[in-house]
Amino acid sequence: MKIHEYQAKEIFRQYGIPTPKGAMVTNPDEAVKVAKELTFPVVIKAQVLVGGRGKAGGVKLANSPQETRELADAILGMDIKGIRVKKVLVEEAAKIKEELYMGIIIDRAEKLPVMMTSPAGGVDIEEIARTTPEKILKLHIKHHLGPYDFQVRQIGYFLGLDKAQMNQLGLFARGLYRLFIEKDASLAEINPLVITETGELIACDAKINFDDNALYRHPEVEALRDESEEDPLEAEARRKRINYVHLSGNIGCIVNGAGLAMATMDLIKHFGGAPANFLDIGGGARSEQVTEALRLITADKNVRAILINIFGGIVRCDRVAQGILDAFKQLDFKLPIVIRLTGTNEEEAHKMLEGTELIPMPTMSDAARKVVELVK
Amino acid sequence: MSILADENTRLIIQGITGTEGQFHGQKMIEYGTKVVAGVTPGKGGQLTLGNVPVFNTVREAVEATDANASVIYVPARFAADAALEAIDAGLKLVVIITEGIPTLEMMNVYWSAKHSGTVVIGPNCPGIISPGKTKIGIMPGHIHKPGKIGVISRSGTLTYEIVKELTDGGLGQSTCIGIGGDPIVGTTFLDALPLFESDPETEAVVMIGEIGGTEEERAGEYIHNNMSKPVVAFIAGLTAPPGKRMGHAGAIIDGGTGTAQEKIRVLGEYGIPVAERPDQICTLLKSALEK
Repeated sequence: MKIHEYQAKEIFRQYGIPTPKGAMVTNPDEAVKVAKELTFPVVIKAQVLVGGRGKAGGVKLANSPQETRELADAILGMDIKGIRVKKVLVEEAAKIKEELYMGIIIDRAEKLPVMMTSPAGGVDIEEIARTTPEKILKLHIKHHLGPYDFQVRQIGYFLGLDKAQMNQLGLFARGLYRLFIEKDASLAEINPLVITETGELIACDAKINFDDNALYRHPEVEALRDESEEDPLEAEARRKRINYVHLSGNIGCIVNGAGLAMATMDLIKHFGGAPANFLDIGGGARSEQVTEALRLITADKNVRAILINIFGGIVRCDRVAQGILDAFKQLDFKLPIVIRLTGTNEEEAHKMLEGTELIPMPTMSDAARKVVELVK
Repeated sequence: MSILADENTRLIIQGITGTEGQFHGQKMIEYGTKVVAGVTPGKGGQLTLGNVPVFNTVREAVEATDANASVIYVPARFAADAALEAIDAGLKLVVIITEGIPTLEMMNVYWSAKHSGTVVIGPNCPGIISPGKTKIGIMPGHIHKPGKIGVISRSGTLTYEIVKELTDGGLGQSTCIGIGGDPIVGTTFLDALPLFESDPETEAVVMIGEIGGTEEERAGEYIHNNMSKPVVAFIAGLTAPPGKRMGHAGAIIDGGTGTAQEKIRVLGEYGIPVAERPDQICTLLKSALEK
């Protein structure tokens, strides 16, 4: 799960990481009110969960209340990658001398959190990694109490900090690590971590992503979820506990198991089609889930045909068939459905579906080929 | 031979009295797996699934039955703790079926297992089966057939699909391991490949990967440098968009890394045949075995 910058900065402050003064607002009047409490210039930043807001014109400097009003007015309501800006963060602009990077992720290969720092902040860490990998210091943190003092010093020397800054750096490194562990983050990032003209360190941007599997024990984090930026179908699927990702093609897919679902989408592409979605009804799929899955897919107006691919192991094919029959009763749609059912109770399932307009196919390749033909 | 589990494996089921534990416990016993005990805190003293004794703790179960492996069907919130208990009790193989364990908790399980020399398989996996000998997990037993192909996969049903292709094509399996779809798993491709390489019964290996992480690339390098037996691969997720989790917690293209395209390219560079479709794996294997 992702949260906004202003929310992440609130968490930063709880963990003692210095951030610029400011507040989130939803209209130009409030923006002016906040700005008047600050020292100009102020920065007005669009709060959206997609990247690239700077390039899209969603971050601007204002030198007066009047300019604050104009810019807040322009940014609020702006469209950034299909997302309408509804909130802006108004903050005192730091007088930037240098921009650094600090971030923590899980290193999947090493099975440890890794703290990455770089003197080349302000751009994507992936970009730094590609062009100048020697400008990134990676330190694995092996202890729940870490990082150790010597690691903080290592980072400080790498970044070329002076003694006073080194002491400040500890606040950032330890605070970021503590929040990463305590909040079950999957990413915690300060980019840029700014050194001001007066030599202070300050977190000018903040990004935290959370481990979805751990949200159950962080209701305070779950409460930060902004559903308005989620794809409406994906949000609906999440509430129904169905794994669904919306794509741009026209062949709807219903599959049991994530790997098989991806392989099914890939097969559709292999035969020249385009999948409309990833959808995994899960291991213990019951008939209601199949009905819900069909409801989701038929709500996507791009979909022109549906492919159902079930490998019945734990999932019983007759239950899937029942779900399809129930969906026919509850939903009104005229899309052709190609179905491939194999495994536990498949004969029963095929009998149940006799007399319907479903098109049965023996293998997943046959089924994918057929559904692609249907939309051509 | 087979790897990690065979007819001598004496299994404990953690969560044996729950719905999953009961259902799959029954299926495992029917398959011939030696299920010697179950553990459910608070339900010790009962018998279940015929005559399997239930204990309150893994230690008690091990002392009473001489078990050497455990399978975990405990809900996500309690599964990491169940795994730690099994590791603490000295079991050498712990299979975690449960999906949804927080990554940081799994990290803790991983390092605890490393310190005590326990092999952990999973989480979020179908388990491990040595056909004709033992089945530890949730895979449908009947699609498997004893034979000489080792299978390692990050997926569940996609593995069944491919195993069925192998069986129908006359290629039986030595051992099939579902290593799981999470970002951190106890056993990786890199851990399992050497076991297949040194298993005299395994003649070739199928590796089924997917988007997310760089494990397949590292496995490719290992295979190229260290393996005498042929390996054939399949990678799922060519059509997966970046930044979206595709069902499995670990199946995500993050910051440009972990794409299927890149994995297929790297495996190709190491000379490892990658099937474009699951139904091509049998043919690729047969031609690799003929060489």
